[in-house]
Amino acid sequence: MADVAFEIEGATLDDLFATGARALAELAADPATLGGAVERTVTLEAPDVELLFYDWLAELVFLADRDRAVYPAADVTVTAGPPAHLRARVHGGLVDRARTALRADPKAVTMHRFRVDALSGGGWRAEVVIDV
Amino acid sequence: MELRRLADCVWEIPPTAKPGMRVPARLYASETLLGGMEHGVFDQVTNVACLPGIVRAALCMPDGHWGYGFPIGGVAAFRADTGIISPGGIGFDINCGMRLLTTTLREEDVRPHLVALVDALFDAVPAGVGAQGFVPLTEDAFREVLREGAAWCVHRGWGWREDLEHIESGGRLPWADPEAVSAKAVSRGLHQLGTLGSGNHYLEVQVVRRVDDPDAAAALGITGPGQVVVMLHCGSRGFGHQVGTDYLRLFLAAMPRYGITVRDRELACAPFRSPEGQAYFGAMAAAANMAFANRQVITHRVREVMSRLFGRDARDLGLAVVYDVCHNTAKLEHHRVDGELLELVVHRKGATRAFGPGEPDVPEAWRRLGQPVIIGGSMETGSALLLGTETAMRETFGSTAHGAGRTMSRHEAKRRIHGGELIRGMAARGIVVRAASRSGVAEEAGFAYKDLDAVVDVLRRVDISRPVAAVRPIGNVKG
Repeated sequence: MADVAFEIEGATLDDLFATGARALAELAADPATLGGAVERTVTLEAPDVELLFYDWLAELVFLADRDRAVYPAADVTVTAGPPAHLRARVHGGLVDRARTALRADPKAVTMHRFRVDALSGGGWRAEVVIDV
Repeated sequence: MELRRLADCVWEIPPTAKPGMRVPARLYASETLLGGMEHGVFDQVTNVACLPGIVRAALCMPDGHWGYGFPIGGVAAFRADTGIISPGGIGFDINCGMRLLTTTLREEDVRPHLVALVDALFDAVPAGVGAQGFVPLTEDAFREVLREGAAWCVHRGWGWREDLEHIESGGRLPWADPEAVSAKAVSRGLHQLGTLGSGNHYLEVQVVRRVDDPDAAAALGITGPGQVVVMLHCGSRGFGHQVGTDYLRLFLAAMPRYGITVRDRELACAPFRSPEGQAYFGAMAAAANMAFANRQVITHRVREVMSRLFGRDARDLGLAVVYDVCHNTAKLEHHRVDGELLELVVHRKGATRAFGPGEPDVPEAWRRLGQPVIIGGSMETGSALLLGTETAMRETFGSTAHGAGRTMSRHEAKRRIHGGELIRGMAARGIVVRAASRSGVAEEAGFAYKDLDAVVDVLRRVDISRPVAAVRPIGNVKG
């Protein structure tokens, strides 16, 4: 029984990863209601694109919880490798408990049904279940 | 999948049901509860039965539902010498657990002050996303918490010495290894001590609605119907989730080195005696200690609030800890299997330890009774207090259920009701709710859970727990 699942597609890996950040942020709160702006730089390496995508979402869950913030936007550059690499600048806002419309609390990215696939016609698709 | 009835409310899937099963899978449920379990439960419990070193059977309690890797309500024991340890068999929220406090108050004493009480608890115990605790900690101090657990709080005046005697394992797993915890996990948990969290975590003011065993109830401080008690349900917060995430990734990389394959990556594991397995066991214990400390700090805040509101000392209000149980842990225990006493790594994921009378690990005060078991139901319907039994020691590695168990996803619950509507409906029935997130309330509607009495009835019929009392909520604080 999935707590919160999402399926996303991207024309490119960069697009898929940026869309993943957006989907995760939308789970947590209405981005329009966030407080003060925050930015972070993320660099990651993983054996393949699928594990890199897991690490990327896990990093965003970590940053959000540590910073008490939500990061809906990301400029991402991914190289497929192997090993796969990511460099990103993420943009978001602090949770303002008086103003922010909170939704769920993403606590961890699960490996339950987790997958990233290259589509035959081009582009990428990912399926993710988040523990909330 | 072939399912045969072994006894009343005990069902078994034989090892022939799936290639790779080393032992049978065994489910404890009435026909009704079994019929309500999703297909995923049967798939997951048989996947667990394939893991190296598992003994007797992969078990699922009557509150079982579809989880990640292991089912929620899952119990599995692995030989310490040849078996594995798996973060997926414990859950991301390490040592999520329940704590029950008594009071000398009756419902009629509290009713006139109920709204003020729930408001004050909501203010004193930070809940929901972005909440931070009132305990300012340095990284060094946080690592002390990871080593010392609830005792760290009591030594600072946030609790009573006797509280420690009424917590599973005395509120401290001594093999905790803060050095096995990542800097990320520490930075995530640093501000979270004393916070309730979100999801299904709650702090409830409750009233005893039924006493099943008057003698045991009296011994535990439950005086009878109408008595007000306080229950909390929370765990190791983002800290525990980070420990789980870190080791899930580490074990995925380590498994090929040990020649281990699993049917589901959420079952990623390592040999218990391997460096990776031991590191996780130490990190998991550190997270468990953080959770014990978290529930201890919240207990202190509850005592402060109620003492202030009722103008009486917390001791005079009888705010004593009945017990504090873990329901997401792995522990090294000795159990007899096929006549042989084995050292086992017992995983309980959404399952509660339920040691029987006379067991040395049960605090002396309750040893003749058996270990108290606290089972949390939905925020609308209430919870239950039970005791562990000798049958549980023989059949389920001293384990029982942990809650009512979900019957539908959080998403489906929110689709069916709006949080505001649920809060108004509960208010009309005399239950005051304060929540950080209204949509979070909708996720926890009573209809999203199984009937707790049906779960408790199965536990009684199979004799893995003995009902003592049932409680209903009148005030609820949640994230």
